[in-house]
Amino acid sequence: MSLGGAAVVLERDLLNYRRTWRGSLIVSFISPVLFLAAMGLGLGSLISHGQHRLVEGVPYLDYLAPGLLAATAMQTAALESMYPILAKMMWDKIYDSILATPVQVREVFLGEIAWLVVRVAIVTVAFFAVMVLFSAVHSPLGLLAVPLTILTGLAFGAPFFAYTANQRNDTGFAALNRFVVIPLFLLAGTFFPIANLPLVFQVFAWVTPLAHGVALVRAATLASPIAPLAAAVHLTVLLGYSGVGIGLGLRGFERRLRE
Amino acid sequence: MAVGRGLRSLPLPSGFGAAHLIERNLRHHRRHWIIMLSGFFEPLVYLLGIGYGVGSLVPGIHLSGGRTVTYAVFVAPAMMASAAMNGAVYETSHNFFYKLRHQKIYDAALSTPLGVGDVALGEIGWALIRGSIYALGFVVIMTVLGLAASPWVVLALPAAVLLGFTFASVGVATTTFVRNWQDFDLVQLFLLPLFLFSATFTPLSLYPPALQVIIELTPLYHGVDLIRGLSTGILGPGLLVDVLYLALLSTIALVIAGARLRFLLLK
Repeated sequence: MSLGGAAVVLERDLLNYRRTWRGSLIVSFISPVLFLAAMGLGLGSLISHGQHRLVEGVPYLDYLAPGLLAATAMQTAALESMYPILAKMMWDKIYDSILATPVQVREVFLGEIAWLVVRVAIVTVAFFAVMVLFSAVHSPLGLLAVPLTILTGLAFGAPFFAYTANQRNDTGFAALNRFVVIPLFLLAGTFFPIANLPLVFQVFAWVTPLAHGVALVRAATLASPIAPLAAAVHLTVLLGYSGVGIGLGLRGFERRLRE
Repeated sequence: MAVGRGLRSLPLPSGFGAAHLIERNLRHHRRHWIIMLSGFFEPLVYLLGIGYGVGSLVPGIHLSGGRTVTYAVFVAPAMMASAAMNGAVYETSHNFFYKLRHQKIYDAALSTPLGVGDVALGEIGWALIRGSIYALGFVVIMTVLGLAASPWVVLALPAAVLLGFTFASVGVATTTFVRNWQDFDLVQLFLLPLFLFSATFTPLSLYPPALQVIIELTPLYHGVDLIRGLSTGILGPGLLVDVLYLALLSTIALVIAGARLRFLLLK
């Protein structure tokens, strides 16, 4: 199977990014930093002045930062896998032009997956650097958080590709964002322990990838011990969503782009 | 284009013209009710996640007057203010821009007896309706959950309407200056700090003094302060300052919006 076409698709995305990076930087990098400042510093001072001085043994900012890191990967993946992809399919018909060349549909899909990983990686490294500045990374092993965060992004981005391939207009995106992405951002362990939620929301959090990504990333940056079985479950969920998402996404792209 | 020009450039809204535009938006949104609903869902999830979730970590908030309230009681009015702001901003940013620059529905509207003033008031009125529906939903939910600590909360609804009016006017005025979709990233860059730092999640006194001064100059802060004062029943002359600030800002934005729309649509 030749993948040269995927590299060309990736190159196109990179060239395009040179013109649009400022806007995406605002959305995907500045927002988590603002959240970290508003919640970690502001709210953190309320929490650490109270009777519970620490959250799970660490200052609130250190607890929050890895959660925001993983959640940012999810949001970046959501941003990249909905409107821009449908635009290339339907509105700008970029894929039609690409497919008029020897590039195959499967190469288009894999090129977009590669671009998603690159986009998530850029934001992850940038926000990770901010965390280091805030002393929120407690050990050199915290670097493991970078690949784990990227995997979290893929676990959302790949299934979202499959979802997008089935959309005929953008109404479904607002629904997916507001009913899945934003609730997960707030409820899947980013800001507070999931155990503090009512049971039904705990279930909602654990069946989706973010809670698992947050658990792994947090264990990495805080250098906190994590049971091997728990780590294996978290990793399996993330890999499972990524793998199934890639399979469904590929099928969705094949069907849609052959119409 | 010249036909009816005199009618269109009437500086004041002509009767109930704006109502026709509101009706148009209402009919359009009947097919997109899920998006309307989702805009209300968002601050509700914030209330759950931050108010109760993070609230489970916060021992309590000391308000002026020596009262201590739970974190959810503290955050709920701020979420209500954000909901009113969001409803107004959603409508007057992307939606309004799309109608103004791409769909060009106002060119069509102006070929009828509607004038520019009707267009401006119609869009602001529609955004206000959307923001007010969200705010009303919030008052009901706060009451049901016991987060409204005072009967004054009934006045929180008109307060949210005023806040929605302010953001709708500012939104229309701002969007007339927007050149392309990328410019909305800058709008986002302004809105997110407003949402996060308008004494929304922490009392104003916890911010550094220099930042406090800046925050007190911004509109969402005054909306939050006003609605929080009413929902907790801690009233003071500060609330009048909030009302005056919002009324003044709305008026200025309304004048700018009218002038800009006249320039864009009648040029």
